[in-house]
Amino acid sequence: MRAGEIVGLLGPNGAGKTSTINMVLGVLQPSAGSICIEGTDLARHRSQALAHTNFAAVYAALPGNLTVHQNLRFFSLLYNVAGGARRIEQLLTEFDLQPLRNTRSGVLSSGEQTRLALAKALLNEPRLLLLDEPTASLDPSAANLIRSRIRAMASRSGCGILWTSHNMYEVEQTCDRVLFLSRGRILLEGDPKTLPHAHGAVTLEELFIRLAREPLAAGSQPASTATAAGR
Amino acid sequence: MKLRPIAAIALRQFYLMRGSPTRVLPMIAWVAVDIVLWGFISRYLNTVTSSGINFIASLLGAVLFWDFFTRVMQGVTMAFFEDVWSRNFINVFATPLLISEYLTGLVLTSVATSLVGLVVMLLLATWLFGLPFFALGLLLLPFLLVLFLFGIGLGVLASALVLRLGPASEWLVWPIPALLSPFVGVFYPLATLPPWMRAIGHALPPSYVFENMRSVVAGHGYSGSGLLIAIALALLDILLAAWLFTVIHRYAVRSGLLARYSAESVS
Repeated sequence: MRAGEIVGLLGPNGAGKTSTINMVLGVLQPSAGSICIEGTDLARHRSQALAHTNFAAVYAALPGNLTVHQNLRFFSLLYNVAGGARRIEQLLTEFDLQPLRNTRSGVLSSGEQTRLALAKALLNEPRLLLLDEPTASLDPSAANLIRSRIRAMASRSGCGILWTSHNMYEVEQTCDRVLFLSRGRILLEGDPKTLPHAHGAVTLEELFIRLAREPLAAGSQPASTATAAGR
Repeated sequence: MKLRPIAAIALRQFYLMRGSPTRVLPMIAWVAVDIVLWGFISRYLNTVTSSGINFIASLLGAVLFWDFFTRVMQGVTMAFFEDVWSRNFINVFATPLLISEYLTGLVLTSVATSLVGLVVMLLLATWLFGLPFFALGLLLLPFLLVLFLFGIGLGVLASALVLRLGPASEWLVWPIPALLSPFVGVFYPLATLPPWMRAIGHALPPSYVFENMRSVVAGHGYSGSGLLIAIALALLDILLAAWLFTVIHRYAVRSGLLARYSAESVS
């Protein structure tokens, strides 16, 4: 991952996208290899490495029995954010959460919960941001707004973003680079705007479907993997 | 260890209690019921026996000490269960938080909640039944310290078990104080027990508190060495419990248990 780069992590269900994110978050130990965040080895210096990281995921809702402000206060302390009160106010304003600051998170709509999760994910101004289907429950307008904000944030702060999504339009619009995963391996990597044509597909969605349906079991190699393996 | 992450764990419990009377009430109600019930039993026993034993001091005092220990233990486990119930493990353990900071936060929470319970019990026991609690003098400090340390150790151990065995295993945690009470002689001397139960009792720090309390109430003084053994045992329990929690947390990260921790993913 490079600074300011948005990388799309694509693959069918069970490909290993969420497992990859969990490994980078330090809640799942890799069976091999190592993870370095800002030059810090996660396995050896977990706390220092995770201080530069944050995430938002649809399956990791913030405690619903705390209000929006309480959740942000709680996580700002967990991430040891200096000047947390000021940062929280900034994020409440940036994500239009000021009117909801005293509302319990559990009663927020999906879109509001997503905005809260993103505000929490930016509390510590991470150098690496992991977003697992961040717009999955948003309407097209809200999703578009969130994508614009994240793109702007990435270019402004130089934060690297690893983004999973099943929305190929979104990936094409947002990501600088994509990784196609299957069974925990990278099948293909490249620019989402040029990759489909380079592999004989019209759209990224068509390429995704083709890759997802290729027989990968029992060591059989798909035709497209040969290209990826040569990189 | 950093202060902010520790404060975060305690602050979260404060937020929950401030916004939820149903969380605060049990901290007060159960101990109040216990003190009132055992206060009347003790008063009744004082009128029907001629043994010369002051049951208010020995029996009600024992109930108060035992409830304090139970509240300390549950102070730790309840704070931990809040993360279980709200499926908050990924959010919490994907932060820079250290295990030592997390456990210290749970202990801080327990200090606050158990103190509330202790104050309520003391008020009721002294005002309603004339419990001469402070007649124990400075001995109160080691007595409460032993029970506090052992409650913390047991709370951390119980949390480790639930982390390993899954949310449903919280039902194994609630009866732990009741299971231990026959062995530590809350209401009777350890000499009453058969040898195998007595041996277990000697390995449990609260036994020394209750033996000494009865001895002091009967005017026989206390065993300083016994209290030192109790403090050492309780400290050892805390170290073992914290070590076990760390080992189980590592296992949960290695096996994927932590990432998928929910009622559905673990039995």
